[in-house]
Amino acid sequence: MAGEIRLEGVRKTFGKVVAVKDLDLVVKESEFLVLLGPSGCGKTTTLRCIAGLERVDKGKVFIGGRDVTELPPAKRGIAMVFQSYAVFPHMTVEKNIGFGLRMRGVPKDQIKKAVREVAELLQIEGLLDRYPSQLSGGQRQRVAVARALVMRPEVLLMDEPLSNLDALLRLQMRAELKKLHREIGTTTVYVTHDQIEALSLGDRIAVMREGEIVQLGTPTDVYDRPANVFVGGFIGTPPMNFLTARVEAKDERLFLAIGEFAVEPDRVWEPILRTRLGKNVLLGIRGENIEVLPTPKEGSIQAHVLVIEPLGAQQLLTVQVGKNLLKVLASLRFSVQPGQTIGLVFAKDKLRLFDEATGLALG
Amino acid sequence: MSYRYLLRRTLLYMAAITFSLWVLIPVFLIAFSAFTPRQELYQWPRAVFPSHFSLETMRFFLGAYGVVRSLFNSVQVALLTLAFTLLVGAPAGYAVARFHFRGKGTFRLGILITRMFPTALLAVPLAVIFIRWGLYDTLLGVALIHTAMALPFAVIITTGIFMGVPKELEEAAMTLGCSRLGAFVRVALPLALPGLAAAAMFTFVISWNEVFAAAILTVRNRTLPAHIITTIQASPLDFRFAGGFFMILPALLFMFLIRRYLFHMWGGAIAER
Repeated sequence: MAGEIRLEGVRKTFGKVVAVKDLDLVVKESEFLVLLGPSGCGKTTTLRCIAGLERVDKGKVFIGGRDVTELPPAKRGIAMVFQSYAVFPHMTVEKNIGFGLRMRGVPKDQIKKAVREVAELLQIEGLLDRYPSQLSGGQRQRVAVARALVMRPEVLLMDEPLSNLDALLRLQMRAELKKLHREIGTTTVYVTHDQIEALSLGDRIAVMREGEIVQLGTPTDVYDRPANVFVGGFIGTPPMNFLTARVEAKDERLFLAIGEFAVEPDRVWEPILRTRLGKNVLLGIRGENIEVLPTPKEGSIQAHVLVIEPLGAQQLLTVQVGKNLLKVLASLRFSVQPGQTIGLVFAKDKLRLFDEATGLALG
Repeated sequence: MSYRYLLRRTLLYMAAITFSLWVLIPVFLIAFSAFTPRQELYQWPRAVFPSHFSLETMRFFLGAYGVVRSLFNSVQVALLTLAFTLLVGAPAGYAVARFHFRGKGTFRLGILITRMFPTALLAVPLAVIFIRWGLYDTLLGVALIHTAMALPFAVIITTGIFMGVPKELEEAAMTLGCSRLGAFVRVALPLALPGLAAAAMFTFVISWNEVFAAAILTVRNRTLPAHIITTIQASPLDFRFAGGFFMILPALLFMFLIRRYLFHMWGGAIAER
């Protein structure tokens, strides 16, 4: 059973702070949607509004076509996994997982069976008699997920469920959550500030900032075609590079002038750039879309290497072009020294252009 | 182990031992005296340890006029106080711990202000009001005064207890099908129980030990401390020792119980999290 979630003009304020600003959002049936954003962007509040743990000031919340705006969490057909797990310390794992079914008045033998099934799914069937204080963080995490899944909710809500795990465990649980979702197909809303988690888990990502969704799209969309400078700078390690460039024309062809160098953009940009001739735009390019040359040559941009950071599979170079600092990913075979002058070639088709004043994507 | 560490440890233990003796020596002296045969109490010089264990003194005390009755009065007053205090104090503590409301800081401070006025100052006006309301010389009246005395502590203690129970636990219960009240009863309350038990015992002891208000507001329905304080000047030495020991007893039991409760419930699961 999976339901669609629809938010219509949802607004939530805390005193004078507007946490969620007239938000419209549709999460499709069986979709895995990630709410991504820096802390304080309203993503958790949005989730709590869906859960019914916060009353919305304005707007409506629909789950599975039902208007649940005025319903308490218990009657919304949701289940939630909390950041702190919120596993009940005075109950065994079995009682914890069975709690929701007991509240529903499900017969005991059925509860036992359902608990066992979901415990097997999450590989915690050996821990059923233990108390949470006897479990590790990762195990408690599994109990929290099992406790939510056993309810067979229409909608599964997760609030940074992996943020309290160590890095290795997080990687492992991430893959498991993805696998679980594929098997169960429950509509899921997942809150995180970790953009890698968002990219790897989400069918779609809603990037939030100051209570608003600034971009909603597939991971590829959000990564390759950020809607504005904020999204480009927030997603990706390293984040997207931005340079101020001046639109210039020479022999009927358009160029983007960065200091003394010029980049020729793809033809598709022409109509837009024509209208901005002689003006500045922001040029955005990801570190992996820049080719590095040991020495500058015709058509390349001259850059000064400041820092070299080996990252295992690649090396991250911090280089200076004019007044701009760029982060460039280069292969480990590229041998380079700090202080060296190298050439950069931007992949034409990966260039993104933004309005200098508003930061919004052009085109 | 460094020299500084040793020094610190030594000083710490010396302080602990000093404080323990400070509290325990009078307790022991009273306890020994309460179980000393009567004639030995009046000998001079008197031995610290009794020659043999005797219930004679205690029997004399319990057999004295009004003691058993005032003992029952005390228990009744303490239980009433306990009920009133928890019924009002625990929800207040919960509210302060969980909700944000205007004037919360003022409330927390204000609740302590009620303890700013000495009982002696309030006693006479209270007696007058109680006479008018027909509460004078009743156990209910004493219980109400004791509730007023215990309530600030109860609110402060229960606030701390409920703050120690993470809010998400109740929210999780609510997402799993509980109403707000259901979440409180099934999750917050059981987790707060050890602390609430401690608060309850504390309240009981406050009421049990309170002398002044009880002595002023009652004539015939004395509580035990009020009875003892009004009769002690005219009582023999053995009565005083036995009475003293009897008064200490609940506080001692309270200490032992609170220890067990605070350290052994759920292996400190709440604190850990």
